[in-house]
Amino acid sequence: MAGGNGFDIDALVEPDRVHRACYADEEIFEREIRQIFHKSWIYVGHESQVPNAGDYATTVIGKQPVIMARHPDRSIHVLYNRCPHRGALLCNQRSGNTGAAFTCSYHSWQFKMDGKVRHIPIQSGYDNTRFSLDDPDSHMKPVARKEVYRGFVFASLAADGPDLKDWLGTAIAGIDDMCDRAPEGEVEVVPTCFRMIQKSNWKIFLENQLDAVHPSITHTSTGLAAQKVEQEMEAETGKPPPLSYHYISAFAMDLDKWGALDVVGHPHGHCVLQGYMGLRPSDPDTLEYEEVMRKHYGPERTEEILDVNIHHLLVYPCLSIQSPLQQLRAVRPLAANKTLTEIWHFRLKGAPEPIYRRALDYFYLVNSPSTMINADDLYNFWKCQVGLESEGGDWVSFHRNAGQDRVEDGVATSNIGFSELPMRNQFEAWRDYMAAEDGA
Amino acid sequence: MSEVSLETQRRVEQFLYRQAEILDERMWDDWLNLFTPEGHYWMPASPEQTEGEGQANIFYEDHYLMRVRIGRVNHPNAWSQYPPNRTGHVVSNVIVETEDAASGDIVVRSKFYVAEYRNDEQRFFAGKYRHDLVNSPDGYRIRLQRVDIVNAEGPFDYVLQYWI
Ligand code: FES
Ligand SMILES: [Fe+2]
Repeated sequence: MAGGNGFDIDALVEPDRVHRACYADEEIFEREIRQIFHKSWIYVGHESQVPNAGDYATTVIGKQPVIMARHPDRSIHVLYNRCPHRGALLCNQRSGNTGAAFTCSYHSWQFKMDGKVRHIPIQSGYDNTRFSLDDPDSHMKPVARKEVYRGFVFASLAADGPDLKDWLGTAIAGIDDMCDRAPEGEVEVVPTCFRMIQKSNWKIFLENQLDAVHPSITHTSTGLAAQKVEQEMEAETGKPPPLSYHYISAFAMDLDKWGALDVVGHPHGHCVLQGYMGLRPSDPDTLEYEEVMRKHYGPERTEEILDVNIHHLLVYPCLSIQSPLQQLRAVRPLAANKTLTEIWHFRLKGAPEPIYRRALDYFYLVNSPSTMINADDLYNFWKCQVGLESEGGDWVSFHRNAGQDRVEDGVATSNIGFSELPMRNQFEAWRDYMAAEDGA
Repeated sequence: MSEVSLETQRRVEQFLYRQAEILDERMWDDWLNLFTPEGHYWMPASPEQTEGEGQANIFYEDHYLMRVRIGRVNHPNAWSQYPPNRTGHVVSNVIVETEDAASGDIVVRSKFYVAEYRNDEQRFFAGKYRHDLVNSPDGYRIRLQRVDIVNAEGPFDYVLQYWI
């Protein structure tokens, strides 16, 4: 399938099915890293991970290790994690405070939070050499582009391309919805990040996030077990079970109800699954929160905010967001058959503590390393990967409700939650990224 | 470390070994009975954590959540339990931290090592337990079990479906 130095991408992606090589071929994976992850906007982190001057957090953009750092002037910088002297990693901790400078452990070169050299030992050795501080190569290299939207830091390793807001388009609603639900209009990260390694291709994860057919099948065991305990609890304590049980018992809801959700495909592969289970109950905690919201926003705007109906939103290719519960999973592909997800959750600034506890409960039940939900998802992902590496068939089917989407201004919508629209939409973007000229 | 009688040391050790056996043999009714009605099983997400309530944890479960977990793994459609995992626990280095003179309640530290086999793969876990035990005529029961796994902050390549 490799022809010259490229691939026949059109032979791999058809409107309603894609070739298994997209998931299994290492060369295709390498091209994805270059053409997608090293070009598009990638989520780096949230600025509340680095609140104070000298704070830093490390992650990867594609295969490039990077540092997000807070400068004393409050600006945020995203730098390659590499010492300009002989190339050592500068930070090999996930986060910390480095004081006034990053100091290299090898020969003690020092750099400020914007990556500029602060100090180089044995200065005289550079007299009468070509080495110069005017040369950008003497400083830590910043990423080509960086933008911060409502505290969410994105970077792109490509100098050219749409700016962040244009690229996000209507998918910006995922970030807005999360922040708007905070009475103060901002969220703050909770520092615990759970990291899961999936033994499967990164696209399998993203496709699963908006797959409304799978929950009541994959998660039936946990859904039913939670339902039973909800009943027992009510009988034993005389009180209704906490909302958190509903987060997992809802997985046992009838398949039809999932089908009633809407799916939307935006340009650049971003997608939304609309609708949510019991988002706006009328318990005292919710009512108190709504009161706080009205104080900050007024009654009309509060209704508008609480009416936003996102279950799950994908910022393709790097993020899965559940804004009503302040959950976020960042995708870091490691190999064709291996993917790391960094899982975070957030506090709504100004919201009462019980509202935070909902985010925390969801983070625990669905996203922690002891999850009773993702346990079965990860197993499915692995099984898909093994099957897609086999020669038992060449195609992955995305035919369900194909050709039935409503398309308007580049946005595809279906009111059939089961439609495989999100998968088709992601692959449309994938094909565009992958078919582009190398380096273009 | 408090000086305890050989008899107390022996009772505490037997309790810890029994818990390990219950886990390995999947005796879930016995598992629930190890805990007081308000008892919690807690695995912090980092060794610095000082409490489980209101924090992001790897495990923080009371009776009801434990019942959900048991109900789930026993359900025929718990897909990731085909094939099921099997575990072998070793508990050691048992140091009684305090013994309440009046009640006989105990705080005890120990170390564990767990081998887990599933789907042709083996994983190993190590760490320490800290049990807060209530003494009663029919034996000890757990008010709080803290489990510090050495790789708490590490990436996990497959979830922890059972208590460690
Ligand atoms: S490699 Fe960093 S100072 Fe030499
Ligand atoms: Fe799922």
